[in-house]
Amino acid sequence: MPEPTTSSSAVRQVTVPTKVNATPQKAANAPAVARPIIEIDDVDFNYGAFKALQDITLNIASKEVTAFIGPSGCGKSTLLRCLNRMNDLVDGAHVSSGQIRIDGVDINDPRVDVIELRKRVGMVFQKSNPFPKSIYENITYGLRIQGEKRKPRLDEVVERSLRGAALWDEVKDRLHESALGMSGGQQQRLCIARAIAVEPEIILMDEPCSALDPIATAKVEELIHELKKDFTIVIVTHNMQQAARCSDHTAFFYLGRLIEYAETRTIFMNPGNPQTEAYVSGRFG
Amino acid sequence: MSTPRPTATALFARPSRAKRIEQVVAWMLRLSTYFVLLCAAFIFYDIGTKGGSVIFRTSAPFINVPFLTQSPETLNVFERDGQKVTMGDQEFRKYKAEHAEQMKNVHPETYVYSAGGIFPNIVGTVLLVTGSIFIALVLGVLSAIYLSEYATEGPFIRFLRLSIVNLAGVPSIVFGLFGFGMFVIAMDMGVSLLAGWLTLAFMVLPIIITASEEALKAVPKGYREGSLALGATKFQTIMSNVLPYALPGILTSSVLSIARVAGETAPIMFTAAFVVRDQMPWEVQKFTDFFFQGVMALPYHIYVVASKIPQNEYTRDVQYGTAFVFLFTVAAIAMTAVVLRVRLRKKYKW
Repeated sequence: MPEPTTSSSAVRQVTVPTKVNATPQKAANAPAVARPIIEIDDVDFNYGAFKALQDITLNIASKEVTAFIGPSGCGKSTLLRCLNRMNDLVDGAHVSSGQIRIDGVDINDPRVDVIELRKRVGMVFQKSNPFPKSIYENITYGLRIQGEKRKPRLDEVVERSLRGAALWDEVKDRLHESALGMSGGQQQRLCIARAIAVEPEIILMDEPCSALDPIATAKVEELIHELKKDFTIVIVTHNMQQAARCSDHTAFFYLGRLIEYAETRTIFMNPGNPQTEAYVSGRFG
Repeated sequence: MSTPRPTATALFARPSRAKRIEQVVAWMLRLSTYFVLLCAAFIFYDIGTKGGSVIFRTSAPFINVPFLTQSPETLNVFERDGQKVTMGDQEFRKYKAEHAEQMKNVHPETYVYSAGGIFPNIVGTVLLVTGSIFIALVLGVLSAIYLSEYATEGPFIRFLRLSIVNLAGVPSIVFGLFGFGMFVIAMDMGVSLLAGWLTLAFMVLPIIITASEEALKAVPKGYREGSLALGATKFQTIMSNVLPYALPGILTSSVLSIARVAGETAPIMFTAAFVVRDQMPWEVQKFTDFFFQGVMALPYHIYVVASKIPQNEYTRDVQYGTAFVFLFTVAAIAMTAVVLRVRLRKKYKW
């Protein structure tokens, strides 16, 4: 193990930095986001005593794709799961300081109904998780638990969501067959369709393509590009080309801190921080 | 001095010590398995042939209908014209009244429960099994949901789980005495169906809770997260997206429980079983009396006819016949659960 160092010359020789370069906060959240829908304000996050995120401040623009990149364990998935409070499921996990606001409302306020929040902030998981029900039941799941029973309305939502997820033509003849009979890429797009069926404003995607082959990945990326018109998308990815291809803004995390946040082009072409440059050029991570 | 190079036969032909041990062990394992199988096969063969000859008939309707539809009666054996005659109690009284003169000095040998059938016992066992399994499943699944989905892991929950597992090792007679003290006496239920249900349910609860919890935990986390992320509450998630997938596993545990509940004699002999009862369970004055009546049951009947009456050619039929019907009843109830499980598996394949 080489001596931990923060000097940028050491980063250039394939060393994994074990500390982060202190970047001034202003530089970190540089892009003046025009219409922020999500405001993350100086957030610290703990799993019990372990501090997983520290001093995270960034604003996420409405109807844009924002990518979170960084090596495993850097906290990007944790931050994503803060946005719809999926971390509530983990014992001892909590935001220990700071605020996360969506449309100006602090989502960790005790008065906030987490069920309402999750309806507005949908999520697509790393491992596609279609329920072992029919395709139709998968799509209508969200509406049914909200009490929607009218068949025409459900039919309409199924068609609209599947079209929205570019899946309609492939599955329209087998809506009532098990969703587990679909290919991996189709399953993941079904999960996206299921998420948009409840008409959220924001869709969180946690490495949605990590288990897919390049062709299925291309389809999902194309879909992300389409969805951007109607939804705000936050995507966590290990694949830097993917972040470069489909996002408008990119945030680079390392060791629980936000190292750099800028327009995607800037992050990849002209990063302000040597660690960002080392990571995006594949020298570590 | 170097050792001579071994020849090919020495290398490959002679079985080494380890190899011989290996073979002996394999045969010991094989034989012990065959021995168990042989014992089981013998039991089933013995009951199947001797009991089968009581139940099945060579002429239509091929089944001994009276044995399955009548109540137990006392068997009277007496001599007439140098021949032994057997008669059930009711028939004998009628015969005696008609041939009063002839029967004056005849003193028949009597064997209790050896005539008639075992219909009330079958009904009693089915009632006991269905009621107690229903109670045990409801209580057990609710507890399992709490333990698996809601409880925060900690010393208290671990202690709770340990207690539940230990409960499974408690002898059934202890459950019987507990039921007698708790339900029959303290709660004043009397010897009744309800007391029997509760006692049997408590006896199989540990199996059902443990197995249900495992079944719930085997449901992938992704189904819970996916459902919650769509805005479902925890309870909605469990009811529509966790419990249905766990049901096949839960039913597997209930098959084992059914066999135990149906087979145990000790828990019901103080709490629910009557040796003999003239009314059928549905012959009650008012609806609530149904729960507070004792019933006849197959395992207890087997115990009675096997240990309380002499073993001879006259009593043999009822002994083997009851055992045969008992095996068949348990198998039939268990089969229902198996069929249900297979259907659910097909419906929710994952």
